[in-house]
Amino acid sequence: MRNQVEAFLVGVAAVLALVLAGLAADEGMRTHAWVLFGVLAIATWFLLRRVDFSGAKTVPLRSEVAATEPLYNDTVIRYGVIATSAWGIVGFLVGIVVALQLSFPDLNIEPWFNFGRMRPLHTSAVIFAFGGSALITTSFYVVQRTTRASLFGGSLAWFVFWGYQLFIVLAATGYLLGITQSKEYAEPEWYVDLWLTIVWVAYLVVFVGTLVKRKEPHIYVANWFFLSFIVTVAMLHVVNGLTMPVSLLGAKSYSAFSGVQDALTQWWYGHNAVGFFLTAGFLGMMYYFIPKQANRPVYSYRLSIIHFWSLIFLYIWAGPHHLHFTALPDWAQTLGMVFSVMLWMPSWGGMINGLMTLSGAWDKLRTDPILRMLAMSVAFYGMSTFEGPMLSIKSVNGLSHYTDWTIGHVHSGALGWNGMITFGALYYLTPKLWGRTRLYSLRLVNWHFWLATLGIVIYAAVMWVSGIMQGLMWREVGPDGFLAYSFVETVQAMHPYYVARAFAGILFLSGALIMAFNLYQTIRGRLRDEAPMGQSAIEGVATPAE
Amino acid sequence: MELTYDAMRHFADSWGLLGMLAFFLAAVLMVLRPGARSRAEDAAQIPFKED
Repeated sequence: MRNQVEAFLVGVAAVLALVLAGLAADEGMRTHAWVLFGVLAIATWFLLRRVDFSGAKTVPLRSEVAATEPLYNDTVIRYGVIATSAWGIVGFLVGIVVALQLSFPDLNIEPWFNFGRMRPLHTSAVIFAFGGSALITTSFYVVQRTTRASLFGGSLAWFVFWGYQLFIVLAATGYLLGITQSKEYAEPEWYVDLWLTIVWVAYLVVFVGTLVKRKEPHIYVANWFFLSFIVTVAMLHVVNGLTMPVSLLGAKSYSAFSGVQDALTQWWYGHNAVGFFLTAGFLGMMYYFIPKQANRPVYSYRLSIIHFWSLIFLYIWAGPHHLHFTALPDWAQTLGMVFSVMLWMPSWGGMINGLMTLSGAWDKLRTDPILRMLAMSVAFYGMSTFEGPMLSIKSVNGLSHYTDWTIGHVHSGALGWNGMITFGALYYLTPKLWGRTRLYSLRLVNWHFWLATLGIVIYAAVMWVSGIMQGLMWREVGPDGFLAYSFVETVQAMHPYYVARAFAGILFLSGALIMAFNLYQTIRGRLRDEAPMGQSAIEGVATPAE
Repeated sequence: MELTYDAMRHFADSWGLLGMLAFFLAAVLMVLRPGARSRAEDAAQIPFKED
């Protein structure tokens, strides 16, 4: 019997959500409870349809189970691949919408779709929905392959997957409803935070449980990065989420900290979300998928261990660079700056390690667009981890902070590093998980590669120009000692760059749509008849007589 | 000792700092010690044992 307990529990939860909708103390919680009820009711319906009574009476012999049970739990990973692709497209699309809202303010539709509510929707959709689903999916895949053990905890992995998706839905609808605790990248209110904590603990249990029952004595370095990501994000999330709700039936809460302590806690969280969510976790992907796709072991395993420990010991101190020239004590600002600059070394050590894995196989970059995508992602990791330390230097930060330069930096890291490595991993995983000989089309991967690369390059370049111009205009002082420009003049000057940025986003989204089509065809088992990469596609068509 | 901000801060920038530095240096020395190379090369092959 399958899904019986699950269907019952989800059904009970749906009823409780309905009760909550009746008792809610404020409008936000009431609407959110209705959303929750809707989602859980649909989930109950699906689970009830899938209750399976077959084999309820017959208990299979242990030997039979061992013979028929697949070695790995891959179904949840297949769902994860689809969810990651879908959330990527949603996140990129909302990104284009907010870029256009900045260019053409008439597109701000009050109250649900104005920039203030859409912006966290974009950041959370790309970081937590797209990136988070990618991390859960790939970590489940990699930990099974490198420990040669199936996922621990049976259907707990399903709870992690669907629980996380529920978190995303509650967070996203909350932003549009105006429910926020106003902390960047930690916008969800206290009850959504609590739910994420439960899901995250289950994630930790599945991951550590799999490591404990491993059949491979050594724990491969990718799993170190994944584990540090899970543990650290748990710590950051719990501490930064310490709030006091106004009412247990209401949406609003107030932070346990105040003033500069609150700001420092927030940026200790915020920067380490970059460090451990967007860096350590994705490095776990790098240390598995690049060796696999290149079919060569990592350049230096020992360097990867040093990379790991240096990153762990340095990253956690870098947060204060978000609070330069604020009420934060000067020594703390300097500490944040110094550790950020030191971070450059392990970051580039890791980048060199990833890229040099291709040494002796550089020719594959010509014929394998997936490997090219992975190599490009590591190159962008190198670029943004050089730019980051530079921006953290106080004198540079004095010019760059609060300008679009920061936005450009974030996107070269997020689109270039996180995006590209995720695309590479999805292209690697899909044929493997659905048992296909290869992807539907490698030439479409090539198209995706160039559209995405062009999009990122335009984005970063445009934001450099716009950001530095903005910073210089803000500080420009006339001979009379007054500021030369009013704020709105700087906004006016940035308009063409904002339009160009939206165009760059459209290029990046087009690439992702091509990927979705390619993956969909691969899952359906289709193979495109095409000239292999490295040969001219046109020639093959033009000379059929050969 | 009372667990005040001041006491924790002094612990963090003395024994805490020293402890973390020692851990880090020990981790690096472990990696660089003679004999670690062959073990590392074996570990690097782990992804290729299973598809």
